Amino acid sequence: MAAEKNVGLVLLNSSLSPFGQRCSIALAEKGLPHEYVEEDLAAKSDLLLRSNPIYKQVPVLLHDGRTIIESLIILQYLDEAFPDTRPLLPTDPYERAQARFWADYVDKKVYGCGSRLYMVKGEPQVPANIEMAGILKTLEGELGEKEFFGGEHGFGFLDIALVPFSTWFESFDKFWGVGVAEVAPKLAAWAARCMERESVSKNVFSPEKVSDFIGEMRKDLGIE
Amino acid sequence: MEGSKGVVLLNCFVSPFGNRVRIALTKKGVEHEVTSENMVNKSALLLASNPVHAKVPVLLVAGKPVCESLVILEFIDEAFATSGEQLLPADAYARAQARFWAAYVDAKVPACAGKIWQSPTGALAVEEGKKEMVDVFKTLEAELGEKAYFAGESLGFADVALVTFAPWFLTYERLAGFSIAEECPVLTAWAARCAKENECVSKSLPDPEAVFQFVGGMRKHFGLQ
Repeated sequence: MAAEKNVGLVLLNSSLSPFGQRCSIALAEKGLPHEYVEEDLAAKSDLLLRSNPIYKQVPVLLHDGRTIIESLIILQYLDEAFPDTRPLLPTDPYERAQARFWADYVDKKVYGCGSRLYMVKGEPQVPANIEMAGILKTLEGELGEKEFFGGEHGFGFLDIALVPFSTWFESFDKFWGVGVAEVAPKLAAWAARCMERESVSKNVFSPEKVSDFIGEMRKDLGIE
Repeated sequence: MEGSKGVVLLNCFVSPFGNRVRIALTKKGVEHEVTSENMVNKSALLLASNPVHAKVPVLLVAGKPVCESLVILEFIDEAFATSGEQLLPADAYARAQARFWAAYVDAKVPACAGKIWQSPTGALAVEEGKKEMVDVFKTLEAELGEKAYFAGESLGFADVALVTFAPWFLTYERLAGFSIAEECPVLTAWAARCAKENECVSKSLPDPEAVFQFVGGMRKHFGLQ
């Protein structure tokens, strides 16, 4: 294999972080070589703590030693710093605004509600359950008949923002009775299409792994 | 993209989020109309334009809505690229820094501010909110450092994201019993500089006493005082 051009990129990550997975997918889609550092979140490295003193979290992107933090900011940075690579955002300002709006929605709602669902003991807590079903339906409404959220632009920014959470869909059903295939079948189909992309299948946790992980966490928390 | 025709901002005059958009449109010289939403009795237009969050601000351009203030700010830069200066810098790394700090403001300031003004008088949350707010403001002061603005020598993206909370300082101070000028003199000086040196800011920010009156009205309405 020919030597990859060193573009000075390092990704500090934890493979189970959906936010970090977004960055890995983006780097793969753009064909950007990089060094990957797996962080132990129970024993964070000095480099991580120095690079992200405010949040002390992954992912962190280092480019020639300078740090970029927050996954959606990292994605936009990659578009802007490497304009010769496949763009993640479309070119039209209105479409870009829509992509950013919905990515923000994923952060606020999917992650927010998903985290609350973790803490539910036994019978699903009705509000969080209903809320998640509503969130999935809303996202499905935005997808419509498109193959990917990026529409004519193809697999892009918003797809990448959401897809790491899609492998949680099976767990939503198993643990909390939110059957994505029934509630939002188009979204389930979209998730399956995304998994056909190597950038996605190589970087997101498989549904089985997510399910095991959530099962372990709930045991640790004394929920089951 | 059409210049100034049909640009409407759905706002509430005290909203720190909505006023960011006012500053950006004014700075760019984009002619626009501003409507005043009653947040307790939302208009049909607001509910139709922002069905997901039902919040201000919403920017309507030829009838098409853009929501979420920081998303709107980037949209204004991109859609009206030929008018006036960009709010975000040209360099990719500087843009990432600006976006980070604006996101930090959104992640931290409303939460602690809410503890102060959305809690009943004398609640423990008020004291918590005050402490958190001072911590957050001190972190922002450290980032500002010796610079005139977060963006450097002139008003930029992160400055606009934060300065719209300045008219609320009087309200936070009176409700929580502290002085932001004493705790955070650098930030206080920066806020004054933003208004003094930038007409787009001074024209877009409400009078602090008016904010206090408004918040008092809301608190009475919700039985908090």
